[in-house]
Amino acid sequence: MVTTAAAPPVQAPEQVEAAPAAMPGWMSWLTTVDHKRIGILYTVTGVLFFFVGGIEALFMRTQLALPANTVLGGDWFNQILTMHGTTMVFMAVMPINVGLGNYIIPIMLGAHDMAYPRLNAMSYWLFLFGSLLMMGSFLSGGAPDAGWFGYAPLTASQYATTSGVDFWVLGLLILGVGSMAGAFNFIVTIVKLRAPGLTFNRMPMFVWMTLITSFLVIFAFPSITAALILLMFDRYIGTSFYMVEQGGDPLLWQHLFWFFGHPEVYIMILPPMGIISDILPTFSRKPLFGYPVVVYSGVAIGFLGFSVWAHHMFAVGMGPIANAAFATTSMFIAVPTGVKIFNWIATMWGGALRLTSAMLFAIGFVAMFIIGGISGIALAAPPLDFQATDTYFVVAHFHYVLFGGSIFGIFAGVYYWYPKMFGRILSERLGKWHFWIMMLGFNITFFPQHYLGLAGMPRRVYTYPTGMGFDDWNMVSTVGAYLLGSSFLLFIWNVIVTSRRGQRASADPWQGYSLEWATSSPPTDHNFVVVPTVHSRHPMWDQRNLVAVVAGRGGDGSLMEANGDGHGNGRGNGESAAHGAMTEAGTHAVEEHHGGAHELNLPGPTAFPIILALGVTLMGAGLIYHILLSIVGLAFFLVGLIGFIWRTTQD
Amino acid sequence: MEEAVARLDNRKLGVWAFIGSESLFFAALIGMYMVYRGRTGPPAHEALDINFTAALAFILLMSSLTMVLALKAIREGNQGGLRFWLGATIFLGLCFLGGQVYEFYELVHHEHVTITNSLFGASFFTLTGFHGTHVGVGVIWLGAVLFRAYKGGFTPQNYIAVEIAGLYWHFVDLVWVVIFTLIYLI
Repeated sequence: MVTTAAAPPVQAPEQVEAAPAAMPGWMSWLTTVDHKRIGILYTVTGVLFFFVGGIEALFMRTQLALPANTVLGGDWFNQILTMHGTTMVFMAVMPINVGLGNYIIPIMLGAHDMAYPRLNAMSYWLFLFGSLLMMGSFLSGGAPDAGWFGYAPLTASQYATTSGVDFWVLGLLILGVGSMAGAFNFIVTIVKLRAPGLTFNRMPMFVWMTLITSFLVIFAFPSITAALILLMFDRYIGTSFYMVEQGGDPLLWQHLFWFFGHPEVYIMILPPMGIISDILPTFSRKPLFGYPVVVYSGVAIGFLGFSVWAHHMFAVGMGPIANAAFATTSMFIAVPTGVKIFNWIATMWGGALRLTSAMLFAIGFVAMFIIGGISGIALAAPPLDFQATDTYFVVAHFHYVLFGGSIFGIFAGVYYWYPKMFGRILSERLGKWHFWIMMLGFNITFFPQHYLGLAGMPRRVYTYPTGMGFDDWNMVSTVGAYLLGSSFLLFIWNVIVTSRRGQRASADPWQGYSLEWATSSPPTDHNFVVVPTVHSRHPMWDQRNLVAVVAGRGGDGSLMEANGDGHGNGRGNGESAAHGAMTEAGTHAVEEHHGGAHELNLPGPTAFPIILALGVTLMGAGLIYHILLSIVGLAFFLVGLIGFIWRTTQD
Repeated sequence: MEEAVARLDNRKLGVWAFIGSESLFFAALIGMYMVYRGRTGPPAHEALDINFTAALAFILLMSSLTMVLALKAIREGNQGGLRFWLGATIFLGLCFLGGQVYEFYELVHHEHVTITNSLFGASFFTLTGFHGTHVGVGVIWLGAVLFRAYKGGFTPQNYIAVEIAGLYWHFVDLVWVVIFTLIYLI
């Protein structure tokens, strides 16, 4: 067979060095550099912040349930509104995507860890401390209240008089550095740490979409970083970048913000698109329909994502030519997105569907995302946008893509990989209840907001008078929001119940096809005792005994004789050519793996990443509280940095 | 494709990605400068001494040359050459920074352009200040490489740290070429 000719050296079991002794108890979590633990930290923290953001949403819906309501009042509403958006985008959706990726992607790649484990830990701590700093604003005189978009001049010193906006600026700068560091890590990990034979055109779609997302992060975040620094100068030094009176231009903020902000929505949606592109084939018992096209459309979305930002600004008076240009590029994005949707539907078409919880959430993603996509195309037309901009129609639209899309996709991933991460299968019965109540609550909350928007109800306002035609749908939306919120209580209950008496997960509870199902649930210390050689896009479906192979218990992981039997319909064409190419590509990958064999001696736990991140955060906090704190932070930062570099040179 | 990727060093890939990201950061600041060109404050060519800064630009470009020579030296196993050319690069970088400090001082004290009193001042000091900060980081980075070179940390087979520090240094120089053209020449 191809295998034996291709790579005899790999088959020699590649024993992993024993892990350095871990520290006991909670200390070990503070000093961990293990991608699985960091993945769990990211995911759990992200889910907790998701609940915080959800409670903020319920506060807003409570205020808006009745006309002229006074539960919150304007000041509180603005703070909660700002923090809801900021929390969901930066502290919930992004970190959960990163967390699942952190845990699963190295395993999908057949790697032992991320490329830079210490940098990985630093990214997490920057995310956590940056988030906590921002949350701390609630206890320090008021949260930011200029909206998650922070439009100038709402953020100017004379209008944002509390230090809320300072928390927002510094928190986002810190989070941004963490996100970018994480993205560099993903890029190097995915490009360089793939198992032998796992060529680019065999990578699971979650890996592909995370790779594309990582490029979006490193190209989009510099723009908001620059914008935030200019804002910080305006507030601290007294420059006038965004001050109209001194010749500054508030639109500069909008351009810099949305040049980041629009790619940001793809940063939030592409990984869940990858997640469901892996789940749908598993539970349809069919390969993903049109694999290359799904990859290309993801790349196309990534590229086009940088050319559409000004569609958030149609109404600011850019003129018909600019509006037409950005309308065109925005509508173009519907093409690759639509292509993906057809691919997902075609994947399920004629498949042996198993409607597990993960599958239901994945199908829910497709259905809800179509609705959000269609209202998005509507908003891409400037004439319609002039009418609907800044109304609840826009709120409905982006919740259909970000909740109906990202959150459904994320929970598909959570149900799918929970057994891999925690060794127990979440209750399917509770999972399905969770899905249906969430689906119902979601639609009751957000569908009426289309009507509210078209009836003219402006978004971002804390109240409305009665008799405008807004009363009924607002009440419906609020009832839906509580239903939606309650569905997550079921999820929490599910986690609690499962942790006590959940069904133990085998290595491969769902008959998945990618490498993470070859290793035990949860995986051993370095994921694989023997790194398998991959021969196709579906190693678990095509190679015999892979579970035994990676555990070092013999078997050769060769291709199954009855190739294509049973679950083969997508794979006749192209796959034989891929096998030919594999011989070559596989060999190179193997050489690489051997070249980097010393890296198997993975770095041990270290406190320097958390010290460094704490230092950065204290430096930021000092700019708000007291400059002494910044000096302490600088000391922490230098200790962390020097230690970090010292540990790097020790390897 | 796969073959080229297999040959690529992890750290080099990381630094290339970092440089890509940094390009967008400078693109944002340069865009800001261009938007605010000629709004408030003196015109750039009146406030700035173009001949002086042209000399600084020449110094920085020469430092790219010395960096290339440092890399060439270690590829040939010439440890003394590596140390000499790294030292020269750091020296030229420090000359550039010194010149920039002088330029800033002149602007504030003789032209009365500050970061707060005009958009020209704000955009000029922010853009060139961030570039200068990058040069400073580069000098520290090269200093660490030079320190390791003195301890014999590099061989003709293992000089990746020299190479990636050089990549960053060339990038910072290239950014200056763009900034110099936009601020001083047009």
